[in-house]
Amino acid sequence: MYTQALNTKETLRPVAPEDMEREARFQARIDAEEKIEPNDWMPEGYRRTLARQISQHAHSEIVGMLPEGNWITRAPTLRRKAALLAKVQDEGGHGLYLYAAAETLGISREEYVEQLLSGRAKYSSIFNYPTLTWADIGAIGWLVDGAAIMNQIPLCRCSYGPYARAMIRICKEESFHQRQGYEIMLTLCRGTPEQKAMAQDALNRWWWPSLMMFGPSDKDSQHSDQSMRWKIKRFSNDELRQKFVDATVPQGLYLGLTFPDPDLKFNEATGHWEFGEIDWSEFKNVIAGNGPCNKQRMKQRRKAHEEGAWVREAALAYAQKRKARREQRAQAA
Amino acid sequence: MTTITVADIPLVQYALRLADNALVLGHRLSEWCGHAPMLEEDIALANIALDLIGQARMLYTYAGEVEGAGRDEDQLAYLRDAPQYRNVLLVEQPNGDFAVTIVRQFLYSAFMLPFWRRMKESKDETLAAIAAKAEKEVAYHLRHSAEWVVRLGDGTDESHRRAQEALDDLWIYTGELFETDDVERALIEAGIAVDPASLREEWSRTVDEVLNEATLTRPADGWMQTGGRSGRHSEHLGYILADLQFLQRAYPGATW
Ligand SMILES: [Fe+2]
Ligand SMILES: [Fe+2]
Repeated sequence: MYTQALNTKETLRPVAPEDMEREARFQARIDAEEKIEPNDWMPEGYRRTLARQISQHAHSEIVGMLPEGNWITRAPTLRRKAALLAKVQDEGGHGLYLYAAAETLGISREEYVEQLLSGRAKYSSIFNYPTLTWADIGAIGWLVDGAAIMNQIPLCRCSYGPYARAMIRICKEESFHQRQGYEIMLTLCRGTPEQKAMAQDALNRWWWPSLMMFGPSDKDSQHSDQSMRWKIKRFSNDELRQKFVDATVPQGLYLGLTFPDPDLKFNEATGHWEFGEIDWSEFKNVIAGNGPCNKQRMKQRRKAHEEGAWVREAALAYAQKRKARREQRAQAA
Repeated sequence: MTTITVADIPLVQYALRLADNALVLGHRLSEWCGHAPMLEEDIALANIALDLIGQARMLYTYAGEVEGAGRDEDQLAYLRDAPQYRNVLLVEQPNGDFAVTIVRQFLYSAFMLPFWRRMKESKDETLAAIAAKAEKEVAYHLRHSAEWVVRLGDGTDESHRRAQEALDDLWIYTGELFETDDVERALIEAGIAVDPASLREEWSRTVDEVLNEATLTRPADGWMQTGGRSGRHSEHLGYILADLQFLQRAYPGATW
């Protein structure tokens, strides 16, 4: 799940008394763990927050196809090639379910895509890093899909029904991706010294960006409280990040790899892995568009969209012709 | 490990031809993933690519078994150089615009559907079993690509123009689909291989039906390009293999 960029505060407007009553009833339903469905009344802020979060999540799936797609033609064996292609295809499928879930909030997929291509909507900063070697495909599966799972499992219980249901489906596939990625890392770490060095280099480059996927630290996060009350979010950014570190560090040590963090140490008393300070200036810069691949990724998306315009127009024109012909036949009959 | 040459056993060469066709086209389609005109097509083209790569894997594995030199699917796919590749020229042609990809897929699938249907009767049990699986897959490839040929042909002026251009450009590679040589003739006589000439009529009918619905004009059969089956390829295959084989070549003998 890639909602880290969701960082703008909901502007609160004065609320009419009848709305306050409705809001109270709405909140009561949420407190009772009832699912909110598309036709139910919901506060505007709830609708906006979800539309933004789900569409950002969808955009991330789509942009995320690019860095991994970069290795499909160069995968080292036919089995790896098929698995990677299937994985990237899954991400496209996730994008589809998520756009469908986001559309239930009254905004069309075309509008959401337009928001992405015009740069108004964000996507996860992780996909602005390059995939330089085959080991990056392992590292992404292990770390990026791993971090996504940490974020997404609680979203399976999100108060908004269509989002929660999409997440249940997606989570199953993400955990498969995570295992597949880890297995690539394991194979490299058991391979030649060059392969092991490739795996270490990938960990060095992907570790910190993976931690950034959980978004700003709780003390700097503006939106969490309301999202928590609405049960869109169940855990804070820092809680999820800690869970991820605790789950991932032993896996990396098992591979015989070294994490690029001299401050990483296990705290016997708390049972948690403590880690060093994230470079928040890098995080802010990548979000702001200054990451290694921001411009490249958006150019690739825009190019695919623009070059596909005539195809989409053709499909539409053909559908209209067919409809007109059917109607003509019906009239003649 | 260096470049390998595969034994001149007819059945091995035959399986390799089929495998190379499937792999090269699957590879081409996989280039679209993330760049298609719409998300649904990213997924559909990846589906077709996955089917083809799956077919290639079964066929390479079988070729390796028959050869008996201990070569697996990856050695056959990653360690042969372009002159050793045996695919038809049609499948290695660049993706071009979406019309080129779709027309290429359509012309190929319209041939492969009756091919696999016939291959189910092969006296070679493995090829017959592969055919049973591939037939179902290719039926979808044909349906999907034919639907798009119709949409593009009968869509807008621009899509019609692009589809017609793709058809005109690719037609010269269709003759090769129906060729036979000594390698195949003996296998056809033994009831193992399919005689491609026997599929021409059905292929031609499918093509006419779809082009007619798409309001596209069937190009005249003129001079045809050939050579893929004897290893004489277009310039494009070398680049496909440069990508495909990069890691195996850069780190010889490593396990991935
Ligand atoms: Fe995903
Ligand atoms: Fe994934």
